[in-house]
Amino acid sequence: MIASLLGVLFDGLAYGMLLFLVGVGLSVTLGLMNFVNLAHGAFGMLGGYLCVLAMARWNIPFLAALPLAFVVSALVGLLFERLLFRRLYRRSHLDQVLLTIGLTFMAIAAATFAFGPQQQAMQLPEYLSGQLNVVGVDLNIYRVFLLALGAVLVVALTLVVERTRFGAAVRAAVDNARVAEALGIRVGLVFQIALAAGCGLAGLGGALGVEVLGLDPLFPLKYMVYFLLVVAVGGTTTLKGPLYAALLLGVADVAGKYYIPQAGAFIIYAVMVILLIVRPQGLVSRS
Amino acid sequence: MSAALGAPRIPRLPWREIVFWVVLATGFWLWPKHLALASQVLIAGLFTLSYDLILGYSGILSLGHAAYFGLGAYAAGLLAQRGWGEPLSGLLAAGACAGFAGFLTGFLVVRGQDLTRLMVTTAIGLLLFELANKLSSVTGGVDGLLGIEMKPLLGVFRFDIYGRTAYGYCLAVTFLLFLGVRRIVHSPFGWSLRGMRDNPGRMLALGYPVSRRLIAVYTLAAAIAGISGALLAQTTQFVSIDVFSFGRSADVMVMLIVGGAGVLYGGLVGAAVFTLAYHYLSALNPVYWQFWLGAFLIAIVLMGRGGVLGAWTRVVNTLREWRGEAAAQP
Repeated sequence: MIASLLGVLFDGLAYGMLLFLVGVGLSVTLGLMNFVNLAHGAFGMLGGYLCVLAMARWNIPFLAALPLAFVVSALVGLLFERLLFRRLYRRSHLDQVLLTIGLTFMAIAAATFAFGPQQQAMQLPEYLSGQLNVVGVDLNIYRVFLLALGAVLVVALTLVVERTRFGAAVRAAVDNARVAEALGIRVGLVFQIALAAGCGLAGLGGALGVEVLGLDPLFPLKYMVYFLLVVAVGGTTTLKGPLYAALLLGVADVAGKYYIPQAGAFIIYAVMVILLIVRPQGLVSRS
Repeated sequence: MSAALGAPRIPRLPWREIVFWVVLATGFWLWPKHLALASQVLIAGLFTLSYDLILGYSGILSLGHAAYFGLGAYAAGLLAQRGWGEPLSGLLAAGACAGFAGFLTGFLVVRGQDLTRLMVTTAIGLLLFELANKLSSVTGGVDGLLGIEMKPLLGVFRFDIYGRTAYGYCLAVTFLLFLGVRRIVHSPFGWSLRGMRDNPGRMLALGYPVSRRLIAVYTLAAAIAGISGALLAQTTQFVSIDVFSFGRSADVMVMLIVGGAGVLYGGLVGAAVFTLAYHYLSALNPVYWQFWLGAFLIAIVLMGRGGVLGAWTRVVNTLREWRGEAAAQP
């Protein structure tokens, strides 16, 4: 009983860490530019396919494929920002939703065309597969790796946001973009860099998540709600908020599917509706 | 409202609109082989009309409108399956059922702003899909509800294999509901909706009960969506959980944008363009269809909205200006 509880908690945390990595970029787009990006999951999918492709076709080792997924996703995100997103910052949310749904459809179709509709499998390196027995609980080594890497990234991100000049600019821009601009902070540039980093992290999360989240062309739609939820519950003003929200969401989802499998994804949607009732203004608002 | 204040008058049906409906009514002879497809267009058109009420006229961003379509479809389908095959009462029951669900969920939807509304509606849509999926003993899951048998319409017209009765039924229901919606959007209530869409703060300051009116229009839209779903269930005598799919919610948004949001005929025109394009293009290759649909959406957003009807108005205005200039020249 205790062992299964710990196992569920552990799996849920690893799962939540992935949700955080993919979703945290969305809090940048929503928080900084008030831009509703429903296509954010597509960057996660891009990273996933890149990683699978790099390992299977080009024989690049797993640990080298991860930075590749990050960099390429970040560059593609930057490209889309320059070509498409920036035209819509001042437009209505409806326009943003339409454009990003259009992008999502195109991404799904392109992935189906290139890789087929099936789930992708990935051969993990030996040192990351298998189980680790810690005081009677079997822990999947890959998930231990996920949690460790996630923790390192969270610490690094926190340091960047809280200790560097760039991080100060980001915080200022989130708090009040107009005043930040007036003080000489180039909000547009800050946003571009933050968005590229967010897309890169999404790509990295997608690459890390092939084993856990799965990877097929419907990835962006399947997890859209989860990423939105991470931002909705966690808010956009801090890093901690989305992190806690993602971990909570991960544990709740895994526990729900483990203990009440017949309810399936129902629980997560119900949680979402309830949270939004309790905090209707809780999204991008800064009280 | 007193007459001195100039209560908005409801314009009578001008000849152009009469021609539109007369052409649809002559469909029995104009496209006798494609009546089933034409019924699909009408059903999609009615569904989009209901969506126009909340998105186009009231500015409520929703990605879960299929929830009410699906509820209506299942209400009508289950009634018929359990032996209540009379179409009109089934239709009303489905509309009432979806409308009630719309009323209950309306309270949640109108509370937030754009993004919250988007998420709440998406979640409601997914919730119902998941529910229908888990209750497959009742809903039939992806295999659908079998054994729906409809009694003859008004006790006279049997649902025939050529879809004549179905087409006439869909056309009559769509026309009547269209007249109702037309009346509503030209009423003071309808104008207040547009006011809330454009400036909710000011409407509140003017003393309009914004939330209550939005809930009212949301309920109405849900009921009409339910009726369109019921039409689908009754005329095809089949329902599966596909009626709740996220794709359907996204499609209705696309149809409205293609036709033109906030315009009465936008929903019908958009649904016709979309359904016909889907029918002919996705037969070639469904993956290409999704790709080009996405590209088309992006193009619409970048080139300015207004849809088919907006583009038509622009063409007409340009022609008029051009003609006016030509007339001004000696």
